[in-house]
Amino acid sequence: MLKDNLLLKTSRILHMSPRRLRQTVVGYAFISPGIFGITCFLLGPMIFSLWLCLTKWDIVTPPQFVGLQNFQTMLRGDEFFWLSLWVTLKYTIVAVPLNLVAAFAVALLLNANVKGMPIFRTLYYLPSITPAVASVMLWRWIFNTDFGLLNLLFQTLGLPKIHWLFDPGWVMPALWLMGLWGVGPTAIIYLAGLQGVPRQLYEAAEIDGANGWSKFWNVTMPMMSPVIFFNLVMGIIGTFQVFTAGYLMTGGGPQNSTLFYVLYTFRNAFQWLKMGYAAALAWVLFLIILVLTVLVFRSMGSRVFYGEA
Amino acid sequence: MAQVAVSPAVYAARRFVGRALVWVVLGAGALLMMVPFLWLISCSLKDVSQLWVFPPIWIPNPVQWGNYPRALTVLPFARYTLNTLTITIPVLVGTVLTASMGGYGFAKIEFPGRELFFMLFLATMMLPGIVTMIPVFILFSKLGWVNTFKPLIIPPICGGGAFNVFLFRQFFRTIPEELSSAARIDGCSEFGIYRRIILPLSRPALTTVAIFTFLATWNDFMGPLIYLNADARKTIALGLAGFQGLYNTEWELLMAASAAMTIPVVIVFFLAQRYFVEGIVMTGLKGM
Repeated sequence: MLKDNLLLKTSRILHMSPRRLRQTVVGYAFISPGIFGITCFLLGPMIFSLWLCLTKWDIVTPPQFVGLQNFQTMLRGDEFFWLSLWVTLKYTIVAVPLNLVAAFAVALLLNANVKGMPIFRTLYYLPSITPAVASVMLWRWIFNTDFGLLNLLFQTLGLPKIHWLFDPGWVMPALWLMGLWGVGPTAIIYLAGLQGVPRQLYEAAEIDGANGWSKFWNVTMPMMSPVIFFNLVMGIIGTFQVFTAGYLMTGGGPQNSTLFYVLYTFRNAFQWLKMGYAAALAWVLFLIILVLTVLVFRSMGSRVFYGEA
Repeated sequence: MAQVAVSPAVYAARRFVGRALVWVVLGAGALLMMVPFLWLISCSLKDVSQLWVFPPIWIPNPVQWGNYPRALTVLPFARYTLNTLTITIPVLVGTVLTASMGGYGFAKIEFPGRELFFMLFLATMMLPGIVTMIPVFILFSKLGWVNTFKPLIIPPICGGGAFNVFLFRQFFRTIPEELSSAARIDGCSEFGIYRRIILPLSRPALTTVAIFTFLATWNDFMGPLIYLNADARKTIALGLAGFQGLYNTEWELLMAASAAMTIPVVIVFFLAQRYFVEGIVMTGLKGM
């Protein structure tokens, strides 16, 4: 009774029907755990982190306000900042296109109408669910110079032995290759897109005399462009945050050739306890990703076909 | 363009050859994906003399089953497993619950501010984890939560992650509105509709989110690395990483421990695979 009364009064104050007010309260109740989480572990910390950027703080002693000094150090005096940025960019520039193309090819195969497809889909997906730590162990052994699987293959082909993880020139190709093993999730997203392409479009193209190749370029590609675009953006966001491979597999070496940006930030924060500087590094990463995403949207957005399908 | 008439027999033959070709390429690719796994199992069952040879051998002889018990007892892997489960189970339950609630709110209830909050949720997916990781670490260390499981359990169950909320929302939107309206007319509360009608119809989405969450928590390395440093608190991932430093040359033990960590993941994945891949194919892209 009292509750109904309250509802009526509040609804009059807010100029809402009682039914709509009830809906609003219930709606917010349903999303409240999420709002709580975002406030406490995301927005709150982000604001705190903005202040953190302007300080020098090792957690133990009181923080010191230093203004923009962290950013000045980064841009002028810190060669490792530039190095880690370059390493990350180098990884991204090859790994993202390589994965996009490989995943698309896998998705086209997985979209075929042949027997045993659920098993194939599972097998292609499987590598990506392997715990990162376990797959790093496994790949370190595969890349082993003297007893590894990859050099066995190279030797069979008459190629020289390569010191994969100990040669600054070869460690990056090794990581690109390892990344290819995890194409599964990207391929599944493509697959979902491929299954959404209306059959009528292919039929119409066939009536117009299109062969397989021109159906691919004139139907599949335009219809898939939003998915390709999505995977491109997610790929860039993902590769800019590579950590475990650098931390566990190479320790950032040899000669800092795999000192990824997040690894360098991690070291600043949790090994050297330079919280202020690390927070500044993290914000710069966020800005870089944001700018890159905007650039990708600007340069490619207009070529993406959002059809009526 | 004039259609060239193709006889049914030629058409069928072409179709057969085409399918056989796809099958061969698919099989070759699948084999390539499986080779590292086979290599892992093979090496985990070798002894030292079979491991350090070139060219490598594929089938160990004799098979060293003893590597597994040895690998799992040189470090307290039973303790690590218990720790990992202590984190994974509450995270799994909490994530499925709060993410599905969020998804329901965004999909099935109309209220002012809904779209705004949904955009906010989506925007959080763009944020690199490291940006919040540092301030959140300071928060938890000031609360004295370092070396406890709380920092690894509490944040993920508060809302269940934007991606999972998004997945549930997309799935719930495919459930006809008439079902909810009928229940509403019968006097069912909104929570009752969510629990009795929507959730029972959402097994693929529930399974997908449960698997994603299980995998992410079981496999997580960076979180435990930051928060857990006492040996008695370590998770399997962290323990295995420590193993690398301690037994750097005993590759057969490293491989056995890696395989042992991977096997539960593979089993869970196979059990739920039917829902899993279908779930993504069905809900992954609709409305994007």
